[in-house]
Amino acid sequence: MLQFLQLVASGVAQGCIYGLIALGFVLIYKATETVNFAQGDLMMVGGFLGLTGTLAMGMPFWAAFFAALVVMLFFGMALERAVLRPLLGQPAFTVVMATIGIGFLARGIVTMIPEWGTDTHVLPVPYKDQVVHVGGLVLSMEHIVIVAVTAMLILALYLLFKHTKIGIAMQATSQNQLAAFYMGIPVRRINMLVWGISAAVSAGAGLLLAPITFVHANMGFIGLKAFPAAVVGGFGSIPGALVGGLIIGVVETLAGFYLPEGFKDVAAYIVVLIMLAVKPNGLFGENLRKKV
Amino acid sequence: MTDVILQLNNVESAYGPVKAIRGVSLKVARGSIVTVLGANGAGKSTILKTISGIIDPQKGSILYHGEPIQKQDPAWIVRQGIAHVPEGREIFPLLTVRENLLMGAYTRPLGDKAAVEQEIEQVYGYFPILQERAGQPAGQLSGGQQQMLAISRALLARPTIMLLDEPSLGLSPKLTHEIFEIIKRINRERGVTILLVEQNARVALKYADYGYVLEVGRIVMEDPCSVLREKEDVKEFYLGIKDSGVRGTRRWKKKKTWR
Repeated sequence: MLQFLQLVASGVAQGCIYGLIALGFVLIYKATETVNFAQGDLMMVGGFLGLTGTLAMGMPFWAAFFAALVVMLFFGMALERAVLRPLLGQPAFTVVMATIGIGFLARGIVTMIPEWGTDTHVLPVPYKDQVVHVGGLVLSMEHIVIVAVTAMLILALYLLFKHTKIGIAMQATSQNQLAAFYMGIPVRRINMLVWGISAAVSAGAGLLLAPITFVHANMGFIGLKAFPAAVVGGFGSIPGALVGGLIIGVVETLAGFYLPEGFKDVAAYIVVLIMLAVKPNGLFGENLRKKV
Repeated sequence: MTDVILQLNNVESAYGPVKAIRGVSLKVARGSIVTVLGANGAGKSTILKTISGIIDPQKGSILYHGEPIQKQDPAWIVRQGIAHVPEGREIFPLLTVRENLLMGAYTRPLGDKAAVEQEIEQVYGYFPILQERAGQPAGQLSGGQQQMLAISRALLARPTIMLLDEPSLGLSPKLTHEIFEIIKRINRERGVTILLVEQNARVALKYADYGYVLEVGRIVMEDPCSVLREKEDVKEFYLGIKDSGVRGTRRWKKKKTWR
């Protein structure tokens, strides 16, 4: 039993990472109806920024963390302005290909930067290798920090979307873009901001993940695991993304321990297939029909 | 007409290769209710969309207070005091009723917060049901309530002129009259000029002061509504009143003359 709880705890931590990346997917999907396949790579860039902040510039870890978030916020906005906005009105296929392109480009450019390169790096964090004993459970500090920081990020986003004018306008724009235009909401600028927030959230995920894995050019492929998370939660639901992430994280960890070798990596997709068969809209899928 | 607040001069708009309005000129006097009648596809909604900047006209000019406003950003046009109540309501379904209203006031500066709150109360005065439902997602409202919300939301932009696109769409005759009574009240009490586009000619002619008839993208007739109501062609084609001839028979196919 204790072992089971131990696994669930580390699954939850892993799930938070998936949830944060899925949140990035969902934000962009809701606002612009495009799937950003470069989400994982934005996370990777965020990880490298943290690395540079702490190692090359000698910033304390948390300062580097927030600096990376801010830089990624602007990076995401610039990306929308430079790449996505010119494609406005093009078929979804074009936009998706563009995001895949951004992903490849990001990976390529990162390997060209001398300090970053193709090596795997260790991100030094102040809470490295610490453990906390709760009852019989041994929780690693890395996992606790992941859960705590995820909770804080989610709370910040919740306050933004529920209690600020710009946040409500973001929701409004994602629900009815035409009406948003009619209200005089600057739809394009709102979409730019959504890209920025999404990139920042992904960067946060990358920086939280870095202590338990490593920072390297291909760490963005974890984004492929965040897809199932978004689908399980119901693509387009923010709480759904997080819950989906937790489910995938826990299932994956348990499958990795109790099931034969190899099941760890497919478990997430098995969950998705079951989900799509049973409840195609996902757990939190929104379904409000328009009245005539 | 004195004191023209909005004027369209020979405006042409198109959706890609399909020309929707072909040289429309009309004038809206300050404080009046002006209606544009027309069948499906006559280009009524296109006129409103062109005014509010959702579509840029290919030709012609739109003058608001005598200044050209065509090809401007929709947000800029809202800030000038032109609010659009779109066809089919177009509310934000997952936002609450109150949040929808706040979005109507989006273009107003943050310092206006107290005034906005006060106006939300005023709007609740027009439509008490919205106050009861203030915390509910707008998508759960009935069609008529959504229409009320759409009108209220536009009012919160504090418009000088309000563009109403088929407010009677999908509503019962009773509800239609209720909504038009309120529109009339808004016009009289707050001095909001109203440009109204309708298929329901009977109601529109009853409440409006001046009317235009639009057919396949062109204005074919204009007059004060009291005059329009008596025109033979309007009666027959828009009001469905058939005048039987001297011999008690009608020609089954009659040409519109618009005279």
